[in-house]
Amino acid sequence: MTDSSAQGAIGGDIMRFVKSNIRDYALLLSLLAIMVFFQFSTNGTLFRPVNMTNIILQNSYIVIMSLGMLLIIVAGHIDLSVGSVSGFIGAMASVLMVSNKVDIYSSAVLCIALGAFIGGVQGYFVAYHKIPAFIVTLAGMLIFRGLALTVLGGASIGPFPPEFQLLSTGYIADPFNGAIGEKPFNILAILIGAIVTVAIVFFNFRHRQNQLSHGLAEEPNLIFMGRNILIAVAFLGFSLLMARYRGLPNVLVVMFALIALFVFLTTRTTFGRRVYAMGGNEKAAKLSGINTERLTFLIFVIMGGLAALAGLVFAARLNVATPKAGAGFELDVIAACFIGGAATTGGVGKVVGAVIGAFIMGVMNNGMSIMGIGIDYQQVIKGLVLLAAVIFDVYNKNKG
Amino acid sequence: MQPVLEMKDITKTFPGVNALDNVNLTVMPAEIHAIVGENGAGKSTLMKVLSGVYSHGTYSGSIIFEGLERQFGSIADSENAGIAIIHQELALVPLLSIAENIFLGQEPARFGVINWFEAFERTVGLLKKVGLKEHPNTLVTNLGTGKQQLVEIAKALNKQVKLLILDEPTASLNETDSNALLALLEGLRAQGISAILISHKLNEVRKVADRITILRDGKTVDTINADGEMGEDRIIRAMVGRELTDRFPARNATIGEPVLEVKNWNVFHPIHGDRQVVRDVSLTARAGEVVGIAGLMGSGRTELAMSLFGHAYGQKISGEVRIKGKPADVTSIPKAMKAGLAYATEDRKTYGLVLIDHIKHNVTLANLEDVSNNAVIDDLKELGVANKYRKDLAIRCSSVFQLTVNLSGGNQQKVVLSKWLNAEPDVLILDEPTRGIDVGAKYEIYGIINRLAESGKAVVVISSEMPELLGITDRVYVMNEGRFVAEMPTKEASQEKIMRAIMRSWEN
Repeated sequence: MTDSSAQGAIGGDIMRFVKSNIRDYALLLSLLAIMVFFQFSTNGTLFRPVNMTNIILQNSYIVIMSLGMLLIIVAGHIDLSVGSVSGFIGAMASVLMVSNKVDIYSSAVLCIALGAFIGGVQGYFVAYHKIPAFIVTLAGMLIFRGLALTVLGGASIGPFPPEFQLLSTGYIADPFNGAIGEKPFNILAILIGAIVTVAIVFFNFRHRQNQLSHGLAEEPNLIFMGRNILIAVAFLGFSLLMARYRGLPNVLVVMFALIALFVFLTTRTTFGRRVYAMGGNEKAAKLSGINTERLTFLIFVIMGGLAALAGLVFAARLNVATPKAGAGFELDVIAACFIGGAATTGGVGKVVGAVIGAFIMGVMNNGMSIMGIGIDYQQVIKGLVLLAAVIFDVYNKNKG
Repeated sequence: MQPVLEMKDITKTFPGVNALDNVNLTVMPAEIHAIVGENGAGKSTLMKVLSGVYSHGTYSGSIIFEGLERQFGSIADSENAGIAIIHQELALVPLLSIAENIFLGQEPARFGVINWFEAFERTVGLLKKVGLKEHPNTLVTNLGTGKQQLVEIAKALNKQVKLLILDEPTASLNETDSNALLALLEGLRAQGISAILISHKLNEVRKVADRITILRDGKTVDTINADGEMGEDRIIRAMVGRELTDRFPARNATIGEPVLEVKNWNVFHPIHGDRQVVRDVSLTARAGEVVGIAGLMGSGRTELAMSLFGHAYGQKISGEVRIKGKPADVTSIPKAMKAGLAYATEDRKTYGLVLIDHIKHNVTLANLEDVSNNAVIDDLKELGVANKYRKDLAIRCSSVFQLTVNLSGGNQQKVVLSKWLNAEPDVLILDEPTRGIDVGAKYEIYGIINRLAESGKAVVVISSEMPELLGITDRVYVMNEGRFVAEMPTKEASQEKIMRAIMRSWEN
C-alpha cells in the first residue's frame, strides 16, 4: 500500500514536471521525431556522416542569426533586415578581399564592425526615437538589399581567398591521424565531443547538487538522469558521426562557442535578466532603473554583428558574393525563434529553443530535399510547422 | 416578493482550491446588494459564475434569474437574459466614439448598414439617463475614468439590463465622481433595476446598499441589512474572521535629521508644455518620519513623485533636491536611485511588476548588482534575498518561483515593496500603497511602512484615502492644482481640515 502510493507520488511528480515544462519537451521530441521520420523516409541517408555534416554547414548561418534574433524577440521587437544585412556584408567582404586584396582578417573585422554599426543605426531609431522596429528594419531590409546590388554592380564577385573559404569549408585537423581500416577516423573530434559531454554533464550535476543542498530541485531525479543520458548520447553520437566524415567543421566550433556564450548571457548575467524584464514589462523595467533605451540599442548592435558574421559564413560557403545572397533568411531566422517557443509579445524565449527551432527547419529542408519533394511543397510544409508550433503555444498558455 | 436572482449552493473548485463553497446569494428587485470580502474571498469568482464566464457545468449549484433556472454558457447568454457586468478594467474601445461604443455589437442596422441617426438619438437619451454631459461623437479616449464608467453603464442600459454588476466601480474615481456614480445607482434602483456592488469601501457600501453579503474564504458568512444594525468594525471583523481592534498599527518612530529636501520644484506637462502641473513645491521628509501627501485626483501628487524620481514625468523641470544634506542629481532614474530615492507606483500591474515573471526575479530587478559579480548573477544569493523578503514581508505564495500574475493584490504590492527595499534607498515614495488591497493586507502594509520608518528611512505616502493618511503619517501636506496648499502635523489634522484647505485654495 505504502509502496504503491509512494510510487504514485513519484509518477505524479514526473507528470507534473513534464506538464509544466511541456513546451521544452514537445520541442525536443519534435526534433527527434522529425529526425527519425526522415531517417526512414530517406532510407538512412539523413544520419550518414556526410549528410549530418552538411546539415550543420547549411544551417550554421541561420543558427548564428537566430541567437541575436532571440534577444530581439524577447525584448519585444523584430528585425526584418538580417537577411539583407548578411547579404550586403557578404558583398562588402568580396569587394574588400577579392577586388581590393585586403587581407582576410582585417576584412572580417571590418565587416563585423560594419554589421554592428548597421545594427546600431537601426537600434538607435528603435530605442531613442521609438520608431517601431518592424518599420525601421523593413526599411533596412530594402536599403541593404539595394546597397548589396550597388556594391556588387549587379554581378557576382568571387572566388574568395582559400584561407577565407576555410571558415565554412575547413575542418579541425586531426593530430592523431586516426583511421579505421582504410577510412579516416577523426580522433580529435571524438575527444572534443567527449570533453564537451563530460563538461556539460559535470556542470549539470554540480548545479543539481547546489539545488539539492538548498532544497530547490524541482526536476524529478528520473528526468534529470534521463536528460543527462540523452545529452551524452546525442553529443557522443554526433561527434562519432562527425569523426567518420572529416571531423569537426570550423564553423561548428564557432557556432557552438556562440551558442554557449548566448546561453550564458541570457540565463546568468544581469544583461540577460534585464532583456527579459524589459520584454515582460518595459515600463516596470524602466521604473526599476533599467536603461531600456541603451539595452534596446545594444541588442540591435549584437544582432547586426551576428548578421555580418552569418553573411561571411554564407559567402565563404558559396565562395562567391551574389546580389541575391541572404534573401529570405530573416524569415527562417524568425521562424526558428517562434518554433523554439519565443512569444510574439516578448519576455519569453530560450536560446536553446531557438537553436532547436533552427535545426527542426534545417532537418526538414534537408530531409525533404533528399526525398525529392519540390521547393513549392517544402515551403507549404514549413509554413504549417511554424503555424502548428505557435498554435501549440497559444493553446498551452490558455490552458495553463 | 419574488427575488430577481437566486444563486443556490454554488460550489466551484479549481485544482487544489475550493474557490466557492456552497455560496448563496439572493437579490431582490430594485435592490442594491453589496458584496464585501477580502481579496481572494471569492467575490470575482462568484460574479464570473453568474455572468457565464465560467459556463454551466464547470460549477455545481443553481442560478435562478427572474424565476427561471438558467444555464449560462457564455457572457452573451447572461447578457441576453439581462445581466450586465462592468469590470474594474473597462471594456471600451478607446478610439471609437461614445455612440459607437454603446452600440458595438448591437448596431441599429438594416442589411448590415448602420443607421447612425437612430444610434445617435438613442445615445443622447441614454447619456441623459446616466447624467453624462458629453457629445455622442466624443472619443472615449478623451473621457476620464469616471465618465468612461458612465458610458459602460449607458451601454448596459441599452441592452435592457435588469441586473447590473459593478466590480470596484469607484476604485479609481475621486470623491465627486464616486458620489455621482452612487447617486446614479440609486436612480436606477428607483426605476426597478437591481445592482450588485462589489467594493472595498465600506462607507460607500453602507451609504447606498440595501443589504450586504459578506464572503470569506469562498463561503457566505452573513447577509445583513445595511441600515445600521452592524457597525463598520463588525463588518470588517466578519470579513477577516478575526478581531481588528486597531486598523492602524501603533507608531513609535524617533524623527531625526531631514533626509529629503525639495525646494521650489516646478514641472510642466510632457506634451502640453505650457501647462504647469507642479508649482513651486517645497517638501521635507526626515529620517524616521512618514509624510503624507493628501489631495484629490489630478492634484499633481503622482506627477510630483514621478518627476522627482529621475524625471520620469514631465518636462522643463526646475528646482533643487537634497538628500541627506547633499545636492542630488535626479535627472534620470538610475541617477535618482543612486542618490537614494525609490518610488513604488500606484499602478503595480502596469508600472510595478513583470507579471509574466516570478517573485524572485521581480524582487531583485532594481538592484541586480547586489546579487551579481561582474554582471554574472549569483543564483543562490538571489534566492536568499528573495526568500528573506518573502519571510520578512510575509508574502503568501507557494514559493518564490510563483509568477507574480497569480498573486493577490496585497501580495503583489509586497513584492513591489520588496523590490524597493532591496534597492536600499534612503527615501521611499509610496504612491497609493494600499489601492485595491483588502483590509488584512492593508494592516500588514502599514506595519511594513512603520518598520521602514523605524529603521531610519524617510517615507512619503501618497494616498486618496484620508483615514489612511491620518492613521499612518506624522505630517501631512495637502496638494491641490499642483501646489502644496497646507501642511499640518497629523495630530492636528482631520478630514475636515484637509478638505477645507483644498476648498480654500480654490477660492483664492
